[in-house]
Amino acid sequence: MLSQFCVLLVPSTSYAVRAENLLARAGIEAKLIPVPRKFSSNCGTCLRIAREDLERALEVLKKGKLEPEAVHDL
Amino acid sequence: MIYFDNAATSWPKPPCVGEAMMRFMQEAGVNPGRGSYHLAIEAGRTVYRAREAVARLVNASNPLRVVFTANVTEALNLALRGLLRPGQHVVTSGIEHNAVMRPLRALEREGVSITVVPCSPTGLLDPADVRAALRPETALVALNHASNVIGTITPIAEVGAIAHEHGIPFLVDTAQTAGVVPLDMAAMQIDLLAFTGHKALLGPMGTGGLVLAEGFDEARLEPLIRGGTGSNSEWEEQPSFLPDKYESGTPNAVGLAGLEASVHWVLARGVETIRAHEQVLTALLLDGLAEIPGVIVYGPRDPAQQVATVSWNIAGMDPGEVGLRLEEEYGILCRVGLHCSPAAHRTIGTFPTGTVRFGLGAMNTQEEVLEAIKAVYALAKEARC
Ligand SMILES: Cc1ncc(COP(=O)(O)O)c(C=O)c1O
Repeated sequence: MLSQFCVLLVPSTSYAVRAENLLARAGIEAKLIPVPRKFSSNCGTCLRIAREDLERALEVLKKGKLEPEAVHDL
Repeated sequence: MIYFDNAATSWPKPPCVGEAMMRFMQEAGVNPGRGSYHLAIEAGRTVYRAREAVARLVNASNPLRVVFTANVTEALNLALRGLLRPGQHVVTSGIEHNAVMRPLRALEREGVSITVVPCSPTGLLDPADVRAALRPETALVALNHASNVIGTITPIAEVGAIAHEHGIPFLVDTAQTAGVVPLDMAAMQIDLLAFTGHKALLGPMGTGGLVLAEGFDEARLEPLIRGGTGSNSEWEEQPSFLPDKYESGTPNAVGLAGLEASVHWVLARGVETIRAHEQVLTALLLDGLAEIPGVIVYGPRDPAQQVATVSWNIAGMDPGEVGLRLEEEYGILCRVGLHCSPAAHRTIGTFPTGTVRFGLGAMNTQEEVLEAIKAVYALAKEARC
């Protein structure tokens, strides 16, 4: 079964907040959460979004020159 | 009491500024960008919103390219020290603040060469003189957008075009203009825009920063300080991404909460509207002072060519005495002396005595200006007897 959520890893909290804003403007809900231990990230905070929004989210972030460092299923 | 020292620090501030700071302290006053619990993220959002507000004000497209510092002095030090290397050359002007001149003089001892392009006696810079000063090894043009002594506005866009024609980065000190003169980094071709929060931006002290243009390659700019950023924590090397590369240590988040509120206040009122208000006050002040025998006014004496900062003297009276009497007898607070800018005073011929400076601001009124003119009239009349 596919997981319901995935996380986008970003380099810093400022990136996370900017990404959150860009996504919100595109109608995509993102939650800023601590990075789960099993992933390694440069920043303690990451964005959690619904799996079904991933494709669109990556598009929005790419346009905003804000591509995540990694994407993982949760 | 009449407060005419807005060129040093604006006061009073719009009430929303103190309110935002109080709200931050009481509701989310934790470390932004370190922890990941909801309050830390909320604090991080506050700081980010301040970046967004500043980016909007200067027409920068990416808020992450707004680097916060303690004030414009630190931002200018970051730009000058971070960019210039021994053997390189920098062009600056004759109306710079010591926030530019002192770091440059220190760099000069380390092998950077400096050309100070002279300004006219009213503080006006001729862009053609900047072009003539450029050399093959020129690595930066650094200019004050408006004189903090006589208010003269520098033709920034014209110089920006010249610098870019030669592929030279352009640094602008907007201490006296951010909040009162429309700023557009793209149109003015500014690569590095240094600002301070506590003057015409009407924000708290301890806030300022350096905005990096989209086209400026930050690989050329070394950080001034290094340390913890809350990001890349497993590495002992400084992160290379913005703004973390230049923002080490816990930021002045409470100040930035205030700055966000103040910049929004400025944007809501409109920079053009504030400028128009200050031009009316400046015109009134200049007209009044021009009619008082024995009063010498420096600078362009034209509200279209300057910000609302006017320097003057009473012939035969020490500026220090004038300042003291204005406060004691008329309740007018202003600054006298050299205003941290010996270069500008040499340009206008008032070094080392200095001037009396009225720094008008967004909160001043026509009534206050008229009252001040009456006070100057009375003092000048005494000096003539
Ligand atoms: C033109 C100019 N540059 C730099 C500064 C220094 O500002 P701050 O004390 O906020 O660093 C000032 C204000 O004093 C100024 O007027």
